[in-house]
Amino acid sequence: MASLAELYQSVIVEHDRNPRNFRVLEAASHRAEGRNPLCGDEVAVELRVDDAGRIADIGFQGRGCAISRASASMMTTALKGKTVAEARELFDRFHSMLTAGAEQPDIGKLEVFRGVAQYPMRVKCATLPWHAMKDALANEK
Amino acid sequence: MVTVSSLTGARAGFDTARIRADFPILAGTSRGVPLVYLDSAASAQKPAVVIDAMSRFYRADYANIHRGVYDLSERSTRAWDEARARVARFIGAPSPEGVVFVRGTTEAINLVASSFVRPRLGDGGTVLVTEMEHHGNIVPWQLAGARTVPVPVTDSGELDLAAAGRLLATRPLLFAVTHVSNVLGTINPIAELCEMAHRHGVPVLVDGAQAVPHQPVTVGELECDFYCFSGHKLFGPTGIGVLWSREDHLAAMPPYQGGGDMIDEVRFDRTTFAPPPRRFEAGTPDIAGAVGLRAAIDWLEAQDRAAIHRHEAELRDHAMAVLAATPGARAIGSAPEKAAVIAFTMERAHPHDIASLLDADGICVRAGHHCAQPLHRRFGVEATARASFAAYNTHAEIDALAAGLAKVRKVFG
Repeated sequence: MASLAELYQSVIVEHDRNPRNFRVLEAASHRAEGRNPLCGDEVAVELRVDDAGRIADIGFQGRGCAISRASASMMTTALKGKTVAEARELFDRFHSMLTAGAEQPDIGKLEVFRGVAQYPMRVKCATLPWHAMKDALANEK
Repeated sequence: MVTVSSLTGARAGFDTARIRADFPILAGTSRGVPLVYLDSAASAQKPAVVIDAMSRFYRADYANIHRGVYDLSERSTRAWDEARARVARFIGAPSPEGVVFVRGTTEAINLVASSFVRPRLGDGGTVLVTEMEHHGNIVPWQLAGARTVPVPVTDSGELDLAAAGRLLATRPLLFAVTHVSNVLGTINPIAELCEMAHRHGVPVLVDGAQAVPHQPVTVGELECDFYCFSGHKLFGPTGIGVLWSREDHLAAMPPYQGGGDMIDEVRFDRTTFAPPPRRFEAGTPDIAGAVGLRAAIDWLEAQDRAAIHRHEAELRDHAMAVLAATPGARAIGSAPEKAAVIAFTMERAHPHDIASLLDADGICVRAGHHCAQPLHRRFGVEATARASFAAYNTHAEIDALAAGLAKVRKVFG
């Protein structure tokens, strides 16, 4: 069982306090919102995808717990520069790590969220921004 | 922290150990450490006498009610009728005929919305509610087609009585108000509110879900029109609850659901209905639930309720002192008449993170909007963490909460 110390690793608390890319995008091409009706948390994810299908910029806004804010923050840094196909693939890997506890050797810094899998009630917090990102990609403005 | 430790000193007169011994689950663990259950406002734990009464009923006395002429069905029917009579005595109702068994407070309110408010709506109408209502006392009125207008709540978490008076003067169809707020803990002056409402000819429904477990309630003294509560918050089982209604209202109300047991005579061209309360109890009800509810009421009334009330007030004061001594913590709701329910926030720590960190130490608190989004909006927050207490909680458990909050501060400092 992952300890709470593992769940609230300093990196998660640090991203909660200083979230990266917490801003409105100038010229977003895609946007979607996610909402957790259980707690009222909400997140809006915006992306600018260039003609080559690459994520040129990504940002998020909203309010939520440390897990969801840190997850949104680290998602934006992980996805910037990736292609839309790569972003979708990373969604699947992140999702399966949290919901099925699947090993994801190349997931990099996102590994810090593995401990969340031990807390089913909190998995939604970590995946909320990812679902919003996936919805946004299906949602050209 | 000096105030806190001084509060945990000797307290004479209340034997929590004896009460706790009645609740098997409290001897258990959570996350490998002893369970600290601070979520009784969501649902109370069950004494062994409740669990045993239901088990005994299923093992020895169970059959459907009002159907068989055989002995077993008679015994089951008797258990059902006795449970109704026990509930009537418990809330000081003039007779058992005003007691309708439902699934819980939510169904009680939906029943009144459907059978009392909807037939009076015409081209629209208003149900006066309050800003501190649970969604269960807002949404049913909206679904019935009524407009919900709220009585405002003051900064200390009390109802604005002057505003209530003005709004009652507009003669809404009904005033639906909670007896005790599930977030603020505020105990509303129900008798006074009923008197105000009746002066304008407005009937009153009281959501008593948070009140009946913690204070004696006499519907005759409150002079309300409807009073509802759930079994599961009263140390009883889930799936059973009570709508008490003035009998003249019930007699004039159309059925809520159709089915077996609620009829007088069924024909294809014309069906007539049974008198209340059976008119409102279609289908096979939760018979064992009623047996369990009766056992819960028996258990509660065998306790020294005045002593429990004092004990809960001390737990509340202790927990409020802990929050006051925790930098960055803020309790929402400081009404002079406050039950042992405390919603709070902490700077930089989201309520879900507070609850997860406390959970690691086996401490169960609720986090979120507690089905009261308009109230949270009123206080400018999306969510709170909530600790709520019952007879079986101890001061040592509040010390555990204090230690847990110190850990939260350390992580989110």
